[in-house]
Amino acid sequence: MNPRKSLIAGLLALGGLFAAQSPALAQNTQAEIERYRQMLGDGNPAELLVMRGEGLWKKKLGPKNASLEACDMGKGPGMLAGAYAELPRYFADTDAVMDAESRLVHCMVTLQGLDRAEVVKRPYSGAGQRQTDIEALIAYIVEESRGATINIPQKHPKEIASFQRGEKIFFYRAGPYDFSCASCHGEDGKRIRLQDLPNLMKSEPAKRAFATWPAYRVSQGAMRTMQWRLYDCFRQQRFPEMQFISPASVDLITFLGVRAQGGKMDSPAIKR
Amino acid sequence: MKPIKTLSLTASLALALGAFTGISQAQSPTNDDIAKLLKSSFQTRSIAKVERIDQSELQKQCSAYATTAMPDNIKKSLEKAALDGVKYPSDGKYLGDWKAGEKIAQSGVGMQFSDNEKTVNGGNCYACHQLTQAELSYGNIGPTLYQYGKLRGNTEPILKYTWARIWNAHAFNACNIMPRFGDAGILSEDQIRHVMALLLDPKSPVNQ
Repeated sequence: MNPRKSLIAGLLALGGLFAAQSPALAQNTQAEIERYRQMLGDGNPAELLVMRGEGLWKKKLGPKNASLEACDMGKGPGMLAGAYAELPRYFADTDAVMDAESRLVHCMVTLQGLDRAEVVKRPYSGAGQRQTDIEALIAYIVEESRGATINIPQKHPKEIASFQRGEKIFFYRAGPYDFSCASCHGEDGKRIRLQDLPNLMKSEPAKRAFATWPAYRVSQGAMRTMQWRLYDCFRQQRFPEMQFISPASVDLITFLGVRAQGGKMDSPAIKR
Repeated sequence: MKPIKTLSLTASLALALGAFTGISQAQSPTNDDIAKLLKSSFQTRSIAKVERIDQSELQKQCSAYATTAMPDNIKKSLEKAALDGVKYPSDGKYLGDWKAGEKIAQSGVGMQFSDNEKTVNGGNCYACHQLTQAELSYGNIGPTLYQYGKLRGNTEPILKYTWARIWNAHAFNACNIMPRFGDAGILSEDQIRHVMALLLDPKSPVNQ
C-alpha cells in the first residue's frame, strides 16, 4: 500500500473506532492510537498542512505584496529553527511578551499590511472546513522547531511578570462550575471518562504536553494550535469565550512553557 | 581591602539585591489584577457571560489557598455558609426516577459557550465517578459511587446528606472540585431527585 493510501485506510479505521465507542473498544483506544501512530510512521496528516504553511510563508501576499520571510519570531528575521521552543518571549519592537500565534499575526499585519481585525476574526477552522492560514503557518513554524529544547526566556521583567500572572490564572476558580485549570490538571493519574489528564504541576507531563501542541486531532480531522487548546479547555471549564491571542492567553502559555523547560519539541504531534 | 571600599561594595551589592527582589515583589499580581486581566481577555458568547469571571467569596478563597493549606477558621466558615444555603426538596420527596437519573449522569452538555438557553443541562457524573457496572467509560477525579445506596441504605440522614452533597459539596469539604449542582443552578430540583434515585433506589443498577 502506498503511504497516502495507508494513511487514508488508517484514518477510516480510526474513524470507525471512534464511531463505535463501545466501552471495551474505548478502553483500548489509547493502545489503538499508539498502534495507529506507529502505522503512520512519519506520515502525520499535519505534514500536508506544514507544506501549505511553508508555501504561505514564502508567498507574497497582502496590500504590501510581501512574504513572511522577514518575520522575526525571536531568533532574528527569517530565522525559524528552534524559534517556537523559546516562545512566548519579550519583543522590544512591541514592548510585549508574545506567543507564536501573536507574533505571527503581528508579522502578517506589519509586513504584509493585512488588517488585524480581519486576520484574527477566524483563527480556527470549523468542523469539516479547510484549515485556516494561521493554522497552516503555525504548523510550518512549529515543525521548524522539532527536536529543539523548550527554553522559555525568563530574563526580562515582563517575561517574569507574564509567568507570575500565568501561574495565578492557572489556579483562578470561577464560573458556574468553579473550575480552574488546576481542577483537572493538578493531580497524577486522573481521567475524565477515559481521557487521561496530564498533571501540569509535574515536570514530565508538563514537558510532554507543551512539546506535543500543536497537534493533529484525529477525532476532528484537523490540526489544532496551542491557542485553540486553551480556548477549548476554557469552554469546558464553563468560562466565557477566550479571545484569540489575548494577554491572559499569552500569560498562561508562558506559565505552561516555563513548567515544561528542558522538554524537546515534537510537534505537530498526533492525538486522539 | 580598605574598610571604606568594603562598605561601598556591600552597599552596592545590597542595592543590586534590593532591585532584584524589588522587581519580583512589585510585579507579583494580586487577585484583582488577574480578575481584570481575565475580563479583558474573555468575552460573552451565548449564555456564557463575561461576568462569570467575577469570583464569589468561595471561589476567591479557594483560589487564594490553591497551593497552601487553608486556615481552619476560613475552611469552617465556608463549609457553614455552604450548608446553610442548601435548599432541601420543598415537598420532602427526595427520590425520583433512576432511569431519568442515569440519562442526567451520562449527559455532559450545558452551560458552555457552545450551548444556548434551550440546552438541558446534564450532570456529567460519569466524567468523574464510577456509578453502574455497565458503564466502563467513567472518570476517576471523584470516588467510585458504585453500590452507593447498597452500602449506606436510604434512611432520612443519608437522604439529607446526599442531597446536600449534590447541592453544594463545599458544605462537607470546602474547595473540593465537585460543582455545586443545586446551588449554582446546574440541575433543577427534579433533576437532583432523579440523580438521587440513581444513587439510592435499591432497583437502580448502581446498587446491583
